[in-house]
Amino acid sequence: MAETADKPLSFQGLILTLHDYWAKQGCVILQPYDMRVGAGTFHPATTLRSLGPEAWNCAYVQPSRRPTDGRYGENPNRLQHYYQYQVIMKPSPPNLQELYLGSLMAIGIDPLLHDIRFVEDDWESPTLGAWGLGWEVWCDGMEVTQFTYFQQMGGFDCKPVAGELTYGLERLAMYIQGVDSVYDLRFNDAVGDRPAVTYGDVFLANEQQMSKWNFEVADTDSLLRGFEAAEAECQRSIDAGVPLAAYDQAIEASHLFNLLQARGVISVQERANYIGRVRDLAKGSCAAWMQVNGWAE
Amino acid sequence: MSDFLLELRCEEIPARMQAKASEDLARLFTERLSEAGLKAERITSYVTPRRLALIAHGLPLQTDAVSEEFKGPRTSAPEQALEGFLRKTGLTRDQLEDRDGVWFGTQEKPGRATADVLAEAIPAIIRAFPWPKSMRWGAMSTSTEMTRWVRPLQGIVALLGGNIVSCEVAGVLSGRTTLGHRFHSSGDVIISSPAAYAEELERAFVIVDQERRKQIIESRAKALAAEAGYELIEDAGLVAENAGLTEWPVPLLGHFDPAFLEVPPEVIQLTLRINQKYFVLRDKAGKLAPAFICTANIEAKDKGAAIVAGNGKVLAARLSDARFFWEQDKKTPLAVHAEKLSRITFHEKLGTVADKVERVAKLARWLVEEGIVGSGVPAKAGTQNGMTQSGSGLLPTQEHERAELADLAEQAARLAKADLVTEMVGEFPELQGLMGGYYAHAEGLPDAVADAIRDHYKPVGQGDDVPIAPVTVAVSLADKLDSLIHFFAVGERPSGSRDPFALRRAALGVISTIITNDIRLSLNKFFQIVLPEIGYMQGWQQAGKEFAALEAALEASLLSDEQKLKFIMDNPFNVQDLEQSELYRKTRDAAVAALQQFVDFCADRLKVQQKEAGVRHDLIDAVFALGGEDDLVRLLARVRALQGFIETPDGANLLAGYKRAANILKKEGVETQTVIPAEAGIQPPPTELDSRVRGNDGEYSAAAFSHSQTGEDNSGMPDQVRHDDLGYAPEPAEAALLAALDAAEPRAAAAIDAEDFEGAMAALATLRAPIDAFFESVIVNDPEPAKRSARLALLQRVRAAVHKVADFSKISG
Repeated sequence: MAETADKPLSFQGLILTLHDYWAKQGCVILQPYDMRVGAGTFHPATTLRSLGPEAWNCAYVQPSRRPTDGRYGENPNRLQHYYQYQVIMKPSPPNLQELYLGSLMAIGIDPLLHDIRFVEDDWESPTLGAWGLGWEVWCDGMEVTQFTYFQQMGGFDCKPVAGELTYGLERLAMYIQGVDSVYDLRFNDAVGDRPAVTYGDVFLANEQQMSKWNFEVADTDSLLRGFEAAEAECQRSIDAGVPLAAYDQAIEASHLFNLLQARGVISVQERANYIGRVRDLAKGSCAAWMQVNGWAE
Repeated sequence: MSDFLLELRCEEIPARMQAKASEDLARLFTERLSEAGLKAERITSYVTPRRLALIAHGLPLQTDAVSEEFKGPRTSAPEQALEGFLRKTGLTRDQLEDRDGVWFGTQEKPGRATADVLAEAIPAIIRAFPWPKSMRWGAMSTSTEMTRWVRPLQGIVALLGGNIVSCEVAGVLSGRTTLGHRFHSSGDVIISSPAAYAEELERAFVIVDQERRKQIIESRAKALAAEAGYELIEDAGLVAENAGLTEWPVPLLGHFDPAFLEVPPEVIQLTLRINQKYFVLRDKAGKLAPAFICTANIEAKDKGAAIVAGNGKVLAARLSDARFFWEQDKKTPLAVHAEKLSRITFHEKLGTVADKVERVAKLARWLVEEGIVGSGVPAKAGTQNGMTQSGSGLLPTQEHERAELADLAEQAARLAKADLVTEMVGEFPELQGLMGGYYAHAEGLPDAVADAIRDHYKPVGQGDDVPIAPVTVAVSLADKLDSLIHFFAVGERPSGSRDPFALRRAALGVISTIITNDIRLSLNKFFQIVLPEIGYMQGWQQAGKEFAALEAALEASLLSDEQKLKFIMDNPFNVQDLEQSELYRKTRDAAVAALQQFVDFCADRLKVQQKEAGVRHDLIDAVFALGGEDDLVRLLARVRALQGFIETPDGANLLAGYKRAANILKKEGVETQTVIPAEAGIQPPPTELDSRVRGNDGEYSAAAFSHSQTGEDNSGMPDQVRHDDLGYAPEPAEAALLAALDAAEPRAAAAIDAEDFEGAMAALATLRAPIDAFFESVIVNDPEPAKRSARLALLQRVRAAVHKVADFSKISG
């Protein structure tokens, strides 16, 4: 932590520092994908690009939406919309752990002052038909990053394997800044007479309104129709040989399913069925992607 | 002689896998070397999160020369056969020798350099390593064929004495360089020799010996606790886990807000232990202390102040969540929580958890109402053969007590699973039961109910407490019996190492609960209660309208006889039609078969349990072989009595006499008759439902703990010898044995009826001297056929008498 001269990084300072760091490691710095997703892994730059033989190194911030995690802005740690910082390196470089630790130092975490640990945590995404082995990285007992070596994506073996890093940005920033509520995070620094704003200034209203919409307002009939439309469109796009477009529809279906769940209209029995349908879309898109690129065996 | 060091360095190995991996490495290494004829004097194994290592001490530098002889084709065989032989063995024609028309060749294998053997062994060991989960990584992972490891493999140190053993695996070249601590050491660490390995790494802040790291963690944690005025709650598993997460362990003590202590201590303990891997402390009064000990992997510049502060903060957030769950859960009564159980599937073929709760509640009530689980009325005094009729012979106050107890048992059973849908148990599944108990207390339910909810999963393993409170016993037994019988009925039986529903544990739990509480449960009677329900689960319900009335009847299966009768009057249906139905018969037969499997399974579990308790297994077999017993307590009383008897001189001699008699019978071809006793094996009731609804149970029965396929000669003796129909003057010893049998048989039978197995053994003991005398002076194989067959029949009678108590043929010695 920058205990020395400078004050700890602001939220945006954290993002800028990570961008700068990973750009220097040869990563393409992408912008967030322009669709509603539940995690950075859904970005096609991770899902689709982790397939196939070509080298691929990128980093990006991905706004992630988890409707059921909404707490109307009243819980200091839980949000229905938050940011993940995602790094993908394919093939996984031999020094990926060292590169990662370098990024922690870059954002002000001194590993001789703070206890950094790699604790077993394997990753599996039933909706993406994907799994990998890795760790959650602990900093003084707090999970700050998910570190995974992808073994399969969309049901296909990753050849070669990609390394994935997912930083929980709000949590990391809270740690660095030493605040107890996400809404108290310093989003930026004051410059002259232009004041600094907090995370709450930017997002509190969003959390309040979106929680209400997710849980109470969203029209379940149109969500359901949307799900079915996305499902059909995904299949049509797969058949038309445009897997990137098909994958967009898979993402859309996945998010609509999450919203339906938040609205409490999906029973336990139906849940597995919906997850299976989303997985079929994701896998189908991945298979078509492999096909059009000539990687299918 | 030389020492060999192997270090396999990789990214962080999961802590839980390290101990086994360390053993596997030593095992594979030893196996590989022994194939080459090499053996180390001893092996030292080390494991840290980032390396698996071993040092093989005292390896010879060469393997011994060996000569191997090969047998080839006949000299007359075609040329191709000989060529094939030469190709296969690598021998040349001039090395062959003609021995009696067959080619023989001897190959001299010179000793190999140990270094060469090792260079081949290392890659082979790595490729064959049995990690529970392994992965590919890096540029070589373009192929799925690449060598896998638990996490990316980064370095291999292989030194024989001071020399590198060269090899390459997964793109990694062996050498003498490794890395020290991730943060306290920079650059390569050069290992000069196996002997210097541990020390050279320790200078680089790595303690390779896991036992030393454990010691450091444990002793330092204890000291820190003492300094703070507390005591460490010891936890060997947690010590090992932290040793598996650190190469340079530094325990640190921190505090948390005492206000959190209002949350049940088990919750705090789990939060600390499972989520954070912290040690828990207690104060002088034995209460949980508001402090924790975490184990850092560094010697921090600020002595750990920042680490403790950071961990304290994470812990506070976790405990706030736990307190939130605790308060949130308490706002809803357990009965309301329980309503949500209908949304949780228990098993696809067994309905929801709510369905299970319904069954368990009925069964728990039944166990009490039948007097099987007592209300302070000692089971033995009030029951015969575990078949007491409900209410019979009880005083009005006892009757009242029993009714009250039945209500409590049913209430507890209905609430026992409610905590599964609470936030807290969602977060910590291992707190199931315990949280229900806390919530029951918090809402003011009777202690007996709260305790039963808390303890009904017990015993969960060997050494765990066995329930003794009647309400708890009723719920615990009902829960486990329900799971066992219904999982068996749908074919979910444990096999090999697969036991996903922990049925072995459940059966052992039932057995120890029954034994501990001296519970007289007739399994026959239990089956009569559950059989209709099993049929119901198995598909009677799918039979549709035809069985609408039956469904209702089954619903009523745990009602009293009067209620049943009234029900039948109100709901007339045609039993004959039902029995004609193939579906009905098929499912009923399947259910009966499942019950028999269940019984055999319980018998096996009981044997295991008894063997572990030190009971001679041949004696267990001897009693089990009798069959026809469906009461555990009575069965074990018999085993105990037998054990006591067989160790006395009378017992030993009777056994000898029995064996002699049995041998003669065997030699003479008078084999054990294959008479299957009426009660052996579960007999499908021909008119099962009929008999049920007429209140006439017992038409069919299950012989618990029997081996129905090996019938015994303990009944239906065709030609029993009586004194008066011999037709010749018996010799004195013969007459004495007949007299002794006449006296002993009724005594033994009466004693068995009274469950006085010692008495039965004593009656048998009176046979010992007459048997000895008989063999002393009487020739069985008399030339006179009448005498011979009478004497053989007499021996048969001896064998049958003994078999009333136990199958002595199973007893060794």
